[in-house]
Amino acid sequence: MPFMLNVNRQTFEVDVPEGTPLLWVIRDELKLTGTKFGCGVASCGACTVHVDGEPTRSCVTYVEDVEGAGITTIEGVDSDVSHAVHRAWNELNVVQCGYCQSGQIMSAIGLLSGNRTPTIEEIEDYMWGNACRCAAYQRIRAAVRRASEILEA
Amino acid sequence: MTRQLTRRSFLKSASALSGTVLVIGLDAGNALASAGDAAEFTPFVRITAGGRVTAVVKHFECGQGTATGLATLIAEELNLALDRVEVEFAPADAATYGNFLFGGTQGTGGSSSMASSFMLYRRAGAAAREMLVGAAAEAWGVPADSVTLADGQLSADGHAAPMGEFVASASAREVPAKPRLKDASAFTVIGNPRTARRDNGPKTDGSAVYAMDLHLENQVVAVMLRSPRFGGTLVSFDDSAASDMPGFVRAAALPTRTAVVVYGENTWAALQARDAIGAEWDFSRADNRGSGQIKADLLAAVNGDAEFDAKGSAAETAELLDGAAQVIERDFFFPYLAHATMEPLTCTIAPTENGVMLHDGCQMPTGAQMAVAAVLQIPHENVEVTTLYAGGTFGRRSTQTADYHVEAALAFALAGGRRPVKLVWSREDDIRGGYYRPAVAHKVRIGLDEDGRIVGWDHRVSGTPIFKGGPMDAFIVQNGVDSSSVEGAHDTPYDIPGHHVGLTDDRSPITVNWWRSVGHSHTAYVMETMMDLAAAAAGRDPVDYRMEYLKGGTADHARMAGVLRLAAEKSGWNGPAAEGRSRGVAVHKSFGTFVAEVVEISGNADDGIVIEKVTCAVDCGVAVNPDVVKAQMEGGIGYGIGHAMRNEITFTDGEVDQFNFPDYEPLRISDIRAIETHVVPSTEPPTGVGEPGTPPSGPALANAIAVAGPRVTHLPISTNGVNFA
Ligand code: FES
Ligand code: FES
Repeated sequence: MPFMLNVNRQTFEVDVPEGTPLLWVIRDELKLTGTKFGCGVASCGACTVHVDGEPTRSCVTYVEDVEGAGITTIEGVDSDVSHAVHRAWNELNVVQCGYCQSGQIMSAIGLLSGNRTPTIEEIEDYMWGNACRCAAYQRIRAAVRRASEILEA
Repeated sequence: MTRQLTRRSFLKSASALSGTVLVIGLDAGNALASAGDAAEFTPFVRITAGGRVTAVVKHFECGQGTATGLATLIAEELNLALDRVEVEFAPADAATYGNFLFGGTQGTGGSSSMASSFMLYRRAGAAAREMLVGAAAEAWGVPADSVTLADGQLSADGHAAPMGEFVASASAREVPAKPRLKDASAFTVIGNPRTARRDNGPKTDGSAVYAMDLHLENQVVAVMLRSPRFGGTLVSFDDSAASDMPGFVRAAALPTRTAVVVYGENTWAALQARDAIGAEWDFSRADNRGSGQIKADLLAAVNGDAEFDAKGSAAETAELLDGAAQVIERDFFFPYLAHATMEPLTCTIAPTENGVMLHDGCQMPTGAQMAVAAVLQIPHENVEVTTLYAGGTFGRRSTQTADYHVEAALAFALAGGRRPVKLVWSREDDIRGGYYRPAVAHKVRIGLDEDGRIVGWDHRVSGTPIFKGGPMDAFIVQNGVDSSSVEGAHDTPYDIPGHHVGLTDDRSPITVNWWRSVGHSHTAYVMETMMDLAAAAAGRDPVDYRMEYLKGGTADHARMAGVLRLAAEKSGWNGPAAEGRSRGVAVHKSFGTFVAEVVEISGNADDGIVIEKVTCAVDCGVAVNPDVVKAQMEGGIGYGIGHAMRNEITFTDGEVDQFNFPDYEPLRISDIRAIETHVVPSTEPPTGVGEPGTPPSGPALANAIAVAGPRVTHLPISTNGVNFA
């Protein structure tokens, strides 16, 4: 079935069955592979994209439900918040294997876009669903704080 | 481009797409001298006429930071900023890129990358520097020792030029047999705590390519419907319900009868079709036990006589225990554990002119190459390997059967060998798919004299051996003892009198594998729990008591005591714990690295424990990238603590009970409030850091919990009435 999707400010027509998770449309059809497959059941956050600005697990979001929405993937982020997050992530050498990091960053951008000065508890609450099997959490937490600092400066 | 020259010479090349290129390979013979034989050469650094420097990295990058680490060695010897050195993964070529710590096969593991590369890559960088300096000196008519190379510039009195200008003439020069290495006191990149990882950029903007991200022209995706029990074989399958599903290509039984391969035009189609396919299995040779039985069997084994002795004698120790003033004893159980790498397993096999290309986050290139070649019945040199970023391994991407590479090769062959086949594992496949850290039981009896001193220590272990019967059996197994079952116990640095370690193998078709820190993942827990119990029985402070057994004056004792002292000092061990807090300590040596950790908790077992802080001290010799060392300690601690807290793979009638992250709950961001790592300054040769952070973390947590709560000896901790906040 054809669907019209707006991804990273571009319109794509994709022909996939109804019920196809947005994750697989993004990865296998659009070849935007920065968005990762980690669990498929909304429990790791590796597949996080923004749908109308809201961090969303694309593995349990179906293609028919996001027609007409503004979808942003890691490849398409470009804002003062995303720049601050990227800078903080680099300064603190957050990444290890890196596989979870697109999702971490998409969540962090979501958090800081709504709340530029989150407390540690707010960071932990918001980022809780983004698993990092390399356990880079200490730096993820610190990098969100650092990005907040950069934004406030 | 790889060219091989003879032993004791260096590889040089003066042609490449971008013009003149200097390629320096170190004489592998130097590094391999102790291993005996090294006929070939190893190109590790490439410099173009444009001054572009590339470190060709012989290990894969799974997050452990090796790519950054090896680039650091090249940068140091070339007097170049780290961010000017590009990184490229080496192709599969054991003769060129073998790991001498693995007997020359090419691969990553055992926290060996830096240990096996430190001199190799420094010499390669130093040789390049000397050749460039020599070429400039000759051109300028000045003595070589008046020429310096720094920041990519060659200079001497009255002369200066970018090093790229001398790449052509340098590559025509004799390669120095023994390039002069920089003195450690002159290091600016090695040991610099402020260097940036070389993979930060691509891993934060989504551009890093993992094997899961590959989409080759005309590829087909393969997923496997495997036996739900280990040791089961396929009787028949029915794919009629999948036949008209969009994107379903076909299904076929693997010739091994271990799975049905399901092909789809894309990942989702393949996964959906698999769900619609039914299969019948023969479980007559499967392990049909449940977890209760598995645990009972292992505990029975350690309560009986050991099959093999790894150290000492049971009879002598029994005598010492008979004469002891008191005996403390505990049994321990450790469950099967999945690695659960963030990127599920995957690889792609594509046809080439004379064979295939394996695209993989490849941990053991030569092993994978051999396995794929054997399945396809082609010469192994016709299997090329492209190594991509790996989304974690913790040991899983390397198995002695090359399990997922073999699956991919079978799927490729069954598909006709003309289309690229991308094998994809789902998270469920990963959690339920075996190659686990084996379930293990221990039983320890320690005899103490009137003063609380150890007089004898009887230690029995039972679990499925990892190496026995596999290709490395001859290297690892001695007198029946698979050292991966007892490492960290039978070779503990502690001076333990009357020490006996016995081992009884458990046989099960449940597949097992090395899992971050291998045997140390359970032995450290046992050693450090028993040390705490002995200290308590002796009425001694846990740190002081351990120090008593580290007084032999050996380097091991000094380094183990050193990290213990440092962790104690930095955690405030010698002062009282804050109100409502408890602390636990553990120290362990693994892979040549010494790590001590102090875990501080608040709360209680009923209402929920909070892990407030982990203070870590590590001695890994020279810390090439101190920040990478810290990151690996943080990661290793999180990995150890997360699994110790709440992870287990359990079975009902031979079937794994867990499916995905909701029932194999990963460590989360709120689980550990803070980790502080202190790196011991050292001039010793560097040892690994990927694994050694893990072993002490579980027992340090358990020791903290035991201060005011239960003493947990059957893991995970959460199954003992201990809640975490
Ligand atoms: S892949 Fe979507 S949350 Fe894990
Ligand atoms: S960096 Fe590896 S999973 Fe997060």
